[in-house]
Amino acid sequence: MNLLDIINDPNTRWILLGTMFLGLSSGVIGSFAYLRKQSLLGDTLAHAALPGICVAFILTGVKSTSFFLIGAALAGLVAVFLISVLTRYSKIKQDAALGIVLSSFFGFGIVLLTQIQQSEYGNQSGLDTFLFGQTASMVMSDVYMMMTVSFILIFTCTVFFKEFKLLSFDPGFAKGIGLPVVFLDYFIMMLIVAAVVIGIQAVGVVLMASLLITPAVSARYWTERLHIMVILSGIFGMLSGVSGTLISTSVNNLPTGPLIVLSATVWFFFSMLFAPKRGVLSTVWRRLSTKKKYSLEQDKRKGSHPL
Amino acid sequence: MYQAALKVENLTIAYHKKPVVEDVSFEVPEGNLIGIIGPNGAGKSTLIKGILELIPKLSGEVTISGSSYKLMRKSIGYVPQRESVDWDFPTNALDVVMMGRYGHLGWLKRPGKAERHKAMECLDKVGMVEYANRQISQLSGGQQQRIFLARALAQEADIYFMDEPFVGVDAATEKAIIQLLMELKEKGKTVLVVHHDLSTVKEYFDWTMLLNKKVMKIGPTKEVFIPEYLQETYGGRLAILSDAQSGLLLK
Ligand SMILES: Nc1ncnc2c1ncn2[C@@H]1O[C@H](COP(=O)(O)OP(=O)(O)OP(=O)(O)O)[C@@H](O)[C@H]1O
Ligand SMILES: [Mg+2]
Repeated sequence: MNLLDIINDPNTRWILLGTMFLGLSSGVIGSFAYLRKQSLLGDTLAHAALPGICVAFILTGVKSTSFFLIGAALAGLVAVFLISVLTRYSKIKQDAALGIVLSSFFGFGIVLLTQIQQSEYGNQSGLDTFLFGQTASMVMSDVYMMMTVSFILIFTCTVFFKEFKLLSFDPGFAKGIGLPVVFLDYFIMMLIVAAVVIGIQAVGVVLMASLLITPAVSARYWTERLHIMVILSGIFGMLSGVSGTLISTSVNNLPTGPLIVLSATVWFFFSMLFAPKRGVLSTVWRRLSTKKKYSLEQDKRKGSHPL
Repeated sequence: MYQAALKVENLTIAYHKKPVVEDVSFEVPEGNLIGIIGPNGAGKSTLIKGILELIPKLSGEVTISGSSYKLMRKSIGYVPQRESVDWDFPTNALDVVMMGRYGHLGWLKRPGKAERHKAMECLDKVGMVEYANRQISQLSGGQQQRIFLARALAQEADIYFMDEPFVGVDAATEKAIIQLLMELKEKGKTVLVVHHDLSTVKEYFDWTMLLNKKVMKIGPTKEVFIPEYLQETYGGRLAILSDAQSGLLLK
């Protein structure tokens, strides 16, 4: 198939719309996760979805996306709960708690997945596509759901922008003026779970976190204003979603997740190199030109006052 | 009737098993500038965070102007220690100062012209107007400290808690800030300041609190800030001060 065929195919157009919204909303909510230094949290919540999907399949015995996603969401909530219990009631630091939850949930998920695939109808379950994502399996109703959830995510981040901003910058001060910091903390985690749930079909549990964090990191290079960063991050996510899907559909149904994440990585390198002010090239350029100007001035001074 | 601006009763705070602040009770009258003095690890920051309920307390009551802390949130201003946030955050000085208005704005409302105006006013008070649009990581430590102070001013509170607002601030700025705090005091506000420089205590503060796990002494500075109590608070570690020095210090 060439690019034009793909874009003219109505089914693909729907899928593109889905991944576009997915990238947009992940980029937006991911900005806050990144600024709150919770990059690992996204990774943990994404990996935690796997056992949820498997348990949903074992319990229902049918291959139904809605059941899978409900399972993924529930597993995410259990993970959120465990993380907060571990950090609050033990001396374990947050990154260690996240690591423990991530590996145990994912390990358990892989065990269940292997079990299912060795059982009689395992091969048709298609559960393995949730590891790295496969847009080909998406149907219209999936896209509707992705769009609805994305819309809610973006709307929420807009409405609570001021609160999320203060919470990300200075949680102590936020608490001081009476913001329910603990509640907001959970709330943001729920939003991340929601983004993960709509993302696992297209991107998969293994790489979903990159779609949350990489666009945010790229966006940070371009601006010193939070709202611009959030919007840019959404745009980078959206571009990654679209280009990843296009490549995956045109090149013989490669798994979509890695391609979307690779696209996001391309944007990241582009930003890191070419962003004005914070980018590598501009930093080097600035240093060199300052140095040159300075030495020119020095020369002039020496010239006018010969020893 | 006399009403304390701040009344703390039997406050105990622990991070782990051992209390860091133990059974602390004191009252602070309105319209005073109060220095909180004590050695490192005495629990000064902990006391402030406990009063503001930023960390859970084991026991104790805090009342502000006779009402419970929760009802009085809008009349409390707070300047945290500068290191408590990551300054490489995508925002500028003006934006941070505007955060001081968020408590008054409430949910859903966005900061607008009025907030911007107020924030500029507060930036002006700390002499930082020309830095309004500067990204906050590109400010010096002392300038960041002044931004935090401006944010607290924007809160338009009646009682202020400031944790070491003079750290990394040059002498001239320190004098300017203290001038500002004195103006607040003149307007009947109460300002509590964690302070380390013993040589300026007498000059700055009407009242002094000596703290080391418990309140050793609190009261008018000239009654409290005397060698005997200081030695007690610092556990004799001020012995290095010669008599001549301490004479100078406490003059
Ligand atoms: N988050 C924390 N967890 C555990 N212990 C803590 C924590 N913060 C402070 N402590 C301990 O509580 C005690 C009091 O600390 P605090 O920060 O209140 O002291 P301080 O008087 O503000 O000291 P400094 O002058 O150095 O700022 C110290 O012994 C410290 O080790
Ligand atoms: Mg302290």
